Amino acid sequence: MSFRPDHELHRRRFSRNVGLGVCLAGFVGLVFALTVVKVTRGDPMQAFDHVARPEMIEQKGTDQ
Amino acid sequence: MSDVHSYQPTGEAQFGDYVALLKPRVMSLVVFTALVGLLVAPVPVHPVIGFASILFIALGAGASGALNMWWDADIDAVMKRTKSRPVPAGKVEAGEALAVGLALSGIAVVMLALAANLFAAGLLAFTIFFYAVVYSMWLKRATPQNIVIGGAAGAFPPMIGWAVATGGVSIESALMFGLIFMWTPPHFWALALFMKEDYSNAGVPMLTVTHGRKETRRQILIYTVLLAPVAIWAACTSIGGPFTLAAALVLNAVFLKGAWDIYRRDETMAEADKYAVEKKVFKFSLAYLFLHFTAFLVEAALKAQGIGGW
Repeated sequence: MSFRPDHELHRRRFSRNVGLGVCLAGFVGLVFALTVVKVTRGDPMQAFDHVARPEMIEQKGTDQ
Repeated sequence: MSDVHSYQPTGEAQFGDYVALLKPRVMSLVVFTALVGLLVAPVPVHPVIGFASILFIALGAGASGALNMWWDADIDAVMKRTKSRPVPAGKVEAGEALAVGLALSGIAVVMLALAANLFAAGLLAFTIFFYAVVYSMWLKRATPQNIVIGGAAGAFPPMIGWAVATGGVSIESALMFGLIFMWTPPHFWALALFMKEDYSNAGVPMLTVTHGRKETRRQILIYTVLLAPVAIWAACTSIGGPFTLAAALVLNAVFLKGAWDIYRRDETMAEADKYAVEKKVFKFSLAYLFLHFTAFLVEAALKAQGIGGW
């Protein structure tokens, strides 16, 4: 079985495609790093996954 | 306005052509001033959040550059300095520049909101709007004061960097804004005096053309005089200290001397020595801004060692 040769378009657009690929990979890495930092620092965040939000539960023994 | 079909395509656009749409040289100034704004703020920022924020501020600035290239493709094609830009050179279509500009603006603002805070993201969005719409679309072709008001777009980055750390504005970040805002006109007009560009053919009202070169020399002196108190005031706030004040006094004295020299010359004298003084002052103005912001950084480093600041 032989591979078909690349269309000439792929060669012309090689630098664009590699550049965009590197940018996207960098973006994914950056979002992952941001997520790790924000989660490990305990920044205020909530997942609205059908559970009561802590600040909406009435606290017993307090005025609020 | 630009016409999508005006420029004949010349081969496939490469990745570098899309990078050129973002005006990388302008981005480098944005990165530096935003970084200083972030580092001198009194609130520490996590390195990853700081890095991501600076990256998205730079991306937002690049996006506004792409929007500018879309809108100004017609005048870029007329002027020697700009006719090799990707759109007038026919490498990237004007519509593509618009798409890249809009998409990257959205990504930069949303990501800055997620990485830092909504206030910083709002400031970035306003900066993009100011550069692309207020400067490029409204002012650039309408008034010789275009460079003065448009300079505000370049002055926002340290304010955004400060907002990333603190979530707001303060007198210190406003003064860093003021420093770049007041510095832009003398810097740009010094360049306009010796780079006799074809602005008039392109229909862009430049002060040198509309009010003459003598008036431009006077305006350079006026703005340099107004710049000095802003710079010295900034050195007297919490981001300054004895080192910054000394640097501000020296830098402004040299800049004022240069502006005075420009004011005293006329075109005959300037042409005799091929605009030597104007070129020298322009080069110094670049160093002025770099050294002033470096002084803020050094002061912050000294303060961390317990020896800087007031």
